[in-house]
Amino acid sequence: MKAVSADAKVELADLGAVRVEAAGERQATLVRLLRLRWGLAAGAVLVLIVASAVVAPWIAPHDPLAVDVRHRLAPPAWMEGGSAQNLLGTDQVGRDLLSRMIYGGRVSLVVGVSAVLLSSTIGVLLGLSAGYAGGRLDWTIMALVNVMLTFPFVLLALAVIAVLGPSLVNMIIVLGVAGWPIYARVVRAEAMSIGEREFVLAGRALGMSHLRIVFRQILPNLVSTIVVIATLQVAQVIILESFLSFLGLGIQPPTPAWGNMLGEGRLYMLNSWWIATFPGLAIFLTTLVINLLGNALRDWLDPHMRL
Amino acid sequence: MRRYLARQLVQLVVVVFGISMLAFAILHVLGDPVLLLLPQNAGKEEFARYHHLLGLDRPLYVQYWKFLSSAVVGDFGKSWYADTPAFRLVLERMPPTIYLTFAGLLVALLIALPLGILAALKRHTWLDSLCTAVAVAGQATPIFWLGIMLIILFAVRLKVLPASGYGTWQNFLMPSFCLGAALAPLTMRLVRSGVIEVMNMEFIKTARAKGVAEPAVVVKHAFRNACIPVITVLGLQFGQLLGGAIITETVFAWPGVATLTVESIRNQDFPVVQCAVILLALVIVSVNLVVDLVVGFIDPRIRAGA
Repeated sequence: MKAVSADAKVELADLGAVRVEAAGERQATLVRLLRLRWGLAAGAVLVLIVASAVVAPWIAPHDPLAVDVRHRLAPPAWMEGGSAQNLLGTDQVGRDLLSRMIYGGRVSLVVGVSAVLLSSTIGVLLGLSAGYAGGRLDWTIMALVNVMLTFPFVLLALAVIAVLGPSLVNMIIVLGVAGWPIYARVVRAEAMSIGEREFVLAGRALGMSHLRIVFRQILPNLVSTIVVIATLQVAQVIILESFLSFLGLGIQPPTPAWGNMLGEGRLYMLNSWWIATFPGLAIFLTTLVINLLGNALRDWLDPHMRL
Repeated sequence: MRRYLARQLVQLVVVVFGISMLAFAILHVLGDPVLLLLPQNAGKEEFARYHHLLGLDRPLYVQYWKFLSSAVVGDFGKSWYADTPAFRLVLERMPPTIYLTFAGLLVALLIALPLGILAALKRHTWLDSLCTAVAVAGQATPIFWLGIMLIILFAVRLKVLPASGYGTWQNFLMPSFCLGAALAPLTMRLVRSGVIEVMNMEFIKTARAKGVAEPAVVVKHAFRNACIPVITVLGLQFGQLLGGAIITETVFAWPGVATLTVESIRNQDFPVVQCAVILLALVIVSVNLVVDLVVGFIDPRIRAGA
C-alpha cells in the first residue's frame, strides 16, 4: 500500500509540474502576444519615420541647406535663448536642425534598404547553391563566408571606401557586398535540410529541373527566414552607414545625413550639445523600431526560429 | 584531439590566406596606387615609369606572390607618409587596442553575467522583461553616439573624466564602458537562454535532490555548463568586438590601431592600411582558434561532432 501511495504522490507532484509548465507556456504565449503588440507599435513608428522622410520637402519647416549665420548655434526651443522658429535649434552655420533631421532620414533609409536588397540577393543565391549543390562549391562558398565573418565588417567597409571614394552609390555597394555571408550561412543550412525532404525527392523523381526545384520548392520555404534576417540587417546597415558618414567617409556635407550631422556636431559638443544629440536619437529610434519589428516578425512567422 | 587541432589549423590557414587576398585586392584591383602618388597633371610616361618602378606592370599573380612572400616575414613596405616600415607603425599601436578590447570584454561580462542569470532565474517576471528591454535598447544604440553622449555628460558637464587620451585609469573608464555596453546585450541573452536550458536538465534535479543549496546549484552546476555557448559565441564575436573597438577608438581619440587605420585612410597611406587589416585579422583568427580549442577541451562532444 505504501508503495502505491508514494507512486500516487509522485504522480501528483508530476501533475503539479505539468500545471506549472502549462502556466509557463501560457505566460510565454502572453509574452509573445505582448511582443507582437510592441511589434505593431514599432511598425507604426517606422511608418511615421519613413513617411516623414518621403514627404520631407512638404513638412520640413526650413530648407535644410539654408545657412543663417545670425542664428547659428541656437539652442532648442525649450531652452533659454531658443525660439519656436527652430524647434530643435540650429547648427554651426545656422541651419535648422529639425529640417536637416527629417531630410537626413532619406539617406539612412535608402542606403539601409538598398544595401540589404543587394546583400540578401547575393547571400540567398550563394547559400542556395552551396546548400543544394554541396561538394566543392559548398566548401568554397563556406570558406568565403568564414573569411568574411571573421573580418570586422567596419574595417572592410573602411578599406574599400578609402579606395573607391565616398559617395552614396559606393556606400550601398560596399555595405551590400559585405553583408551577404549571414544570409548565405542560414539559407545554406535550411536548403540542405529541405533538400532531403520527400517533396523535393518526389519533384526530382518526376524529372523537375534543378533550377525549378531550387526556386519553386526550396526558396518559397525560406522566405520567412530571409525576411526576418533582412529586417534586422536594415538596422545594422543604418548604424554602419551613419558611422561611415560620422567619420567623413560616407555622405559628404552639406547633404544632411544623421551620421555626418553627428560628426559635425561632435566638434561643437563643448557648448552646443544638441547638434550631436538629436541625430543620434534619430538613429537610435529608427534602429530600435526596426529591431522590435524584426523580433515580432520572427515570433509571428515562426516562434521556433532561432537566429 | 589531434585531428580536431589539425582541422582547426587548416581552417586558420584558409582564412588568413583569404584575408591577405582581400587586402591585396582592395589596393591593387580596386584602386591604382600610382593615381594617388602622382599629381593629377602628371603625363602618361610618368605613370608608366611609376608603374614599372613599383612593379605594377607585372601580372597580378606575380604581384600577389611578391606581396605575400614579404608580408610573411613582416615586410609590408614603407609607409608613404611617415617613411617608416608599416609593420612597425602598426605594431606600436597594437597594445592600446588590445587593452581596450579586453577592458570592453570585462565590462560586458560584468554587466551580462549577473543580469543574464537573474533574468533566467526570474523568468517571465517584470525583472526578466526589464532586462530584455534594456538589451533591446542597448542593441539599437550606436556606439559612437553613446560615446559622444558620455563625453558630453562626464567630461563637459560634470568635468569628472577626461574626454580623450590614454595612460591613466580614468582614460579607460568611458571607452571600455562604451565598448562593453555594445557587447553586453547579446552576451546577456546568451547567458539567459543558456542558464534556462541547463536548469531544466536532469543533473540539476539530481543536485537538488541531493540537497545541494540553491545558490550552489546555480553557480556550480548550472552556470558552468551555461558557459560553453557563451564562450563559443564570444569567441566568434571577437571580430565584432574588435570592430566595436575600432569605432570606440575613433570617438575617444584612443591611440590604437584603429585611429592609425582611419588616419592612414585619410592620408591614403595604403601600406599601413593593408598591414593593419592583415594583423588585426591574424589576431582575430588566433583568438578564434584558442576559443575553439578551449571549448573543445571543455566539451568533448564538440571535438567529435564538428
